[in-house]
Amino acid sequence: MPLALSIVTAERTILSREDVQRLVVPASEGQITVLPSHAPLMTSLGYGALTAYCPGEIIVMAVFGGFLQVAHDQVIILADAAERPDQIDEQRAEAARDRAVRRIAGELVGGEQQLDLARARLALARATTRLRIARARRGAPVSA
Amino acid sequence: MPGAGAVRAIRDRIKSVQSTAKVTNAMQLVAASKMRRAQSRALASRPYADRMRAVLAQLSGYAEGADPSELHPLLQQRPVKHFAFIHITADRGLAGGLNANMNRAGAALALEHQPHVERVSVVTVGRKGRDFFRRAGFPSLAEFTAIGDYPGMAQVLPIARIVMDDYMAGNIDQVFIGYQRFVSTAVQRPTLRQILPVTAPEGAEVSMVDFLFEPSPQQLLETLLPRYVEMQIYEAILDAAASEQSARMVAMQSATDAAQDMVSNLTLIYNKARQELITGELLDIVGGTAALEG
Repeated sequence: MPLALSIVTAERTILSREDVQRLVVPASEGQITVLPSHAPLMTSLGYGALTAYCPGEIIVMAVFGGFLQVAHDQVIILADAAERPDQIDEQRAEAARDRAVRRIAGELVGGEQQLDLARARLALARATTRLRIARARRGAPVSA
Repeated sequence: MPGAGAVRAIRDRIKSVQSTAKVTNAMQLVAASKMRRAQSRALASRPYADRMRAVLAQLSGYAEGADPSELHPLLQQRPVKHFAFIHITADRGLAGGLNANMNRAGAALALEHQPHVERVSVVTVGRKGRDFFRRAGFPSLAEFTAIGDYPGMAQVLPIARIVMDDYMAGNIDQVFIGYQRFVSTAVQRPTLRQILPVTAPEGAEVSMVDFLFEPSPQQLLETLLPRYVEMQIYEAILDAAASEQSARMVAMQSATDAAQDMVSNLTLIYNKARQELITGELLDIVGGTAALEG
């Protein structure tokens, strides 16, 4: 029996599928693969690419933090944000990456601003994740 | 007998009421379309909210039984010295009693808590509530205005951040949220609810499954609780946005109806006055001819 997957954010439902055969998600403790009949699991999510293998189709999405629950072949992802690769604005991500890099460099020189530094690091991680996923899409077709 | 001047005055009045009716009618149509969009956004956030509640109910079962001091800070009950509430109103008026009712409910909440705590303060969202509490000279923790007709998570996060930071820092000990709940197009109800400390959602279905947790349930709670608070504020703000539009739609509809009633009454008076004027003129002419002939 395939997995039922739903990815929801506070603002809307991003994806809802009933035919997922294999799911790879960026959990906070490292990437995990969920197959049908997986043991009940709750975990938090990091930043990265989520890949859902469906019959004749491979769905890739960028997810940015959140929560995952698996129980009885139902996978629920409460994502802070999730984007399809074609929704990613590469130029914006590049600009965000450069901004974050500059900010981190400035903070490191200019002294300790813990909160800003942490935020800049998160922004950098988001930007690089976006770029990686967007570029992987152009390199290799996502839909089989 | 009305003079020609009085008749013209009535005609001008009809024109002015008619143009008011045009404006209120346009506002009604705009509010109706904004209401539909606001409602569909509220609906779109439901799955997340429902699932979040279910997950949290499940998770808090595992964290229970722990020593109260080991509970997550957002869950810890403590004596309330400083009570705070988030007060959500619209930025604009022309929405019937919507904002006034909300302000009354907010003031009642503040007065109810004042005798029992050292300090009560407010976080206002929306201009109408801000002005109300400013006029009353009420202490305010923060003010948010112009969050727009379709507020998103981006507008909610700073609000959530402020109350959670202050709560964690021990500056405030209990937080409520007050907003106009959308019951139906015709009915909005001021609703007050505690958001901090967090109380585990009730009514959610808890299945007796042995979960694996990665990392520990406590650490998972730590990531989930702030999101739960954010989600509750987001829900309230979406509901308030739908309430605002529907209250405005109904208010503008009754304004348009009243204006149209007024136009038809005035038209009646106008026709009568005009007829009397003509009759009067005719009588003058007839009387004059009779005098000449006589």
